[in-house]
Amino acid sequence: MGQARTHIEAQAVFGPLKPYLEPEFLVERDPDRCIQCGVCISQCSFGVHWFDVRRSQVRAEQERCVGCHRCAVFCPTGALTIRRNPSEYRPNANWRPEFVADLKRQAETGGVVLTGMGNDKPFRVYWDHLLLNASQVTNPSIDPLREPMELRTFLGARPDQVNPSASTSALADGATSHPVEGLPAAMVSVEDLPPALQLETPIMFSAMSYGAISFQAQLALFEAAQACGTYANTGEGGWPRPLRRFHDHVIVQVASGRFGVDADYLNEAAMVEIKIGQGAKPGIGGHLPGEKVKAPIARTRMIPEGTDALSPAPHHDIYSIEDLALLIYALKEATHYEKPVAVKVAAVHNVAAIASGIARAGADVIAIDGVRGGTGAAPKIIRDNVGIPIELALAAVDRRLREEKIRNRVSLVVAGGFRSSADVIKAIALGADAVYIGTAAFVAMGCTLCQKCYTGKCAWGITAADPALARRLNPDLAAERLINLVHAWSAEIKEMLGGMGINALESLRGNRDHLRAVGLEQWEMDVLGVKGAGQ
Amino acid sequence: MTLDELRQRQNPYGDDKAIDACGLFGVIDRSGRRLNGQIAIEAMANLHDRGNGLGGGFAGYGIYPEMADAIALHVMLDDQASRARLEEELQQDFHIRLAEEIPHRPVAAGSSVQAPPLLWRYFLDPQPGISRRPGQRVGQGLGQGYDQGRGPEHGSGEGRGHGFGSGDGGPVVGASAEYDPEFADSLVDFVMHINRDLPGVYVFSCARNMGVFKGVGYPEDIGEFFRLDDYAGYMWTGHGRFPTNTHAWWGGAHPFSLLDWTVVHNGEISSYGTNRRFLEMYGYYCTLQTDTEVIAYAADLLMRRHHLSVNEAALVLAAPMWKEIDRLPATARQRLTVLRRVYAPLLLNGPFTVIIARSGELIGLGDRVRLRPFVAASAGDRLYVASEEAAIRVVEPQLDQVWIPRGGEPVVGRLDGLAQAGVPGAVAASAAVARAQATTATTTTTAACAAAWPAARPSGRAGWGEQEVAG
Repeated sequence: MGQARTHIEAQAVFGPLKPYLEPEFLVERDPDRCIQCGVCISQCSFGVHWFDVRRSQVRAEQERCVGCHRCAVFCPTGALTIRRNPSEYRPNANWRPEFVADLKRQAETGGVVLTGMGNDKPFRVYWDHLLLNASQVTNPSIDPLREPMELRTFLGARPDQVNPSASTSALADGATSHPVEGLPAAMVSVEDLPPALQLETPIMFSAMSYGAISFQAQLALFEAAQACGTYANTGEGGWPRPLRRFHDHVIVQVASGRFGVDADYLNEAAMVEIKIGQGAKPGIGGHLPGEKVKAPIARTRMIPEGTDALSPAPHHDIYSIEDLALLIYALKEATHYEKPVAVKVAAVHNVAAIASGIARAGADVIAIDGVRGGTGAAPKIIRDNVGIPIELALAAVDRRLREEKIRNRVSLVVAGGFRSSADVIKAIALGADAVYIGTAAFVAMGCTLCQKCYTGKCAWGITAADPALARRLNPDLAAERLINLVHAWSAEIKEMLGGMGINALESLRGNRDHLRAVGLEQWEMDVLGVKGAGQ
Repeated sequence: MTLDELRQRQNPYGDDKAIDACGLFGVIDRSGRRLNGQIAIEAMANLHDRGNGLGGGFAGYGIYPEMADAIALHVMLDDQASRARLEEELQQDFHIRLAEEIPHRPVAAGSSVQAPPLLWRYFLDPQPGISRRPGQRVGQGLGQGYDQGRGPEHGSGEGRGHGFGSGDGGPVVGASAEYDPEFADSLVDFVMHINRDLPGVYVFSCARNMGVFKGVGYPEDIGEFFRLDDYAGYMWTGHGRFPTNTHAWWGGAHPFSLLDWTVVHNGEISSYGTNRRFLEMYGYYCTLQTDTEVIAYAADLLMRRHHLSVNEAALVLAAPMWKEIDRLPATARQRLTVLRRVYAPLLLNGPFTVIIARSGELIGLGDRVRLRPFVAASAGDRLYVASEEAAIRVVEPQLDQVWIPRGGEPVVGRLDGLAQAGVPGAVAASAAVARAQATTATTTTTAACAAAWPAARPSGRAGWGEQEVAG
């Protein structure tokens, strides 16, 4: 990708070397079903399928297959099966096939192995070791089909108390014109509260930038966020003008590259998020190669067409926590203190102390992205080896902020591999205010986790750079899938909440009593702040 | 007793919290006329089957008129050595005006009362400048964030609930709002200190002109044991307990008390973990691991420290649904939104009915979807709340009004005069108030008095339904 000897696609110095790797996937075509229609040829963006004129037959070059299943899904006769290549080396617990394959790739190209999506290594997924509570006898469970069940969530700082003196002035300001019997007479007006986002479900769409994802994909995410009463994040690639109509449901990012940031960008959004780090690649920056920076992307990012879009690893105006405070308040000044300001960090070892610093630096929301968080492109070695799981990070941060009595000052949003509504509700019980989903939203739109986002060839049109490929994603239909997903998860969350005898999500927030661990070590339960099952 | 001992007694199996269900009763005579304690005993006897004999208790207010200005301390003691330790401690901060065993009858054959500990009461005058104990986490927390300058000016406003000023030198009636904030914090501190640090001592109550009587046994037997028929108070609450996961110990019975707050409670708070963690940030540590403790702390935080009115507190503890809030006119909607946003973690979720009392005021409150029984009634100056109408009818067969409050709608009974601003102490929680004093409904703004019920609330809850707005 542009830079010689940096990325795996780079030309090696002595020209292409013969690949020593066998195909990862086998493409099997059932000759009885195949009608030679050629749909697979047009659907495959990686050039697997081709028409052999001599044999008058569709054939497959399976070493190119990435396992995205686009052809199999769209084959009208169901003639295609994609399987992992069962061909095996001699078993070796240390030199596992993945290491061998990466070694050979690097020997051929001399580059950093790139990948997309989130960490796929079998690190312990703590969600799978936490079980939820339910009511039996001593209190009744609540049926969400018959009783109200509230998921409404606010993101933003909360004052420690309603200020009675402010309330008196609110009263003087004409509040008395509503002599409603029993109305709380003494109260701050809502304008006196710090700005906040109001979510109707605790699920938001993660930061995914235009450029990393297609215009159509971003449009679908924004549409869905609006329809679901929640928010989608622009990512760091600017905010295309045609998508500004969703401003009430859009969070904009200010990242180290500052792409597309101007006063309008900040003021039109619902919230501004400073991106410090990303779970898939903590500590490193980003690089959108020049060939992907076509005119619309260049315009949106405010850079010349065809130039590499480089996001530095750190913000070069933030070398310390007080620098972060300066940026937070610069953004608050720029937005007239009308928007909450979030800071997103990757979950790393000292995340509790970092989060405490961010809260004290004046952020209204802290977003934490765990080690399983996705990406459009990251060095595989970073994605798979840097960071900590979001479950442990969340538990540690929530505890630290409570111990320091500053938990009210910030809302916590967590991200990084939420696969189901159960993961979401467990995160709420551990102390999160809301979650960001990225990969799950992708899968809803068609993604099959082939991890080739960085190639720009996404056959499903989600991360495609090629306009022809991007057009495969019908934004309205993709939005419908996303809306369905959020509704389904919300309904499931309501069912689980009701089962616990709780009818407002806020009463589960940080309520670790409703979680029990199975199969965890004592230290893990200590960090998570949960008891073992049966305890 | 030590904290570990406390926990061990209260929650022997280390469950998330002690779980119990119960029968409740409460009565207040708004005119200040004092009622014999027998009324509470008889009412609770009629709720016998809602408990299982593992806990019963009562709180009486206005029961010590002749000692109204002294701090009445009720304690349970394991032995005489514990008493010596306690008295040594007391003498450091207080002048002991009177110390005596709490009068009681011998346990009759067939009584459910189990193994009473030593039960003593002290009437205390604080020595000037009662000291804050820096070692106590609770005290430190309470000290932090308290707006020290707020004391004298609040309480004069309508709608703030309590009509007391503070620090104004008026007669002592023992209302929580009347305690000097710093002194109140010190007193809380002091009680926590005794409970945690003195082996074999546990405080039932520690406030002016009120007392908690509780123990292991059916409530009617406990009342009999404590000779409640020898007392008279303008307000009584009672409780019969059905615990499922705690051993019987006298300290674990209800009412739970903090300053002059007492709480009797029937329910299980599913939001306990959320509530507890929130309160910890304000310096309240839930050592007893009960729902009841959480409710008392929440009431103290909202109404004493943050000066919310009873209605506002109710709107926090049993908040209206967003669906209802969204339908309100802008001002009302904004105010409720503020309350729910700021105090979201104090929403009590799960089934409960609770009677929260403090000097001069009785608050009944049910959860917002009304999952536990709760009945209110009025007869003349008396307001009753109970788990079942039967408990009320047995002591007052002729009632003016009986109603079932809506979920989240507080039922408030308040001494006449208490709600009037600028009449500090005039109430005299003692019998001093003339029966002839105006008995019109105090402006409790909610269902305090049945007169307005039910015509005033055709739908929605009192106080913020659209009808009221339109009217």
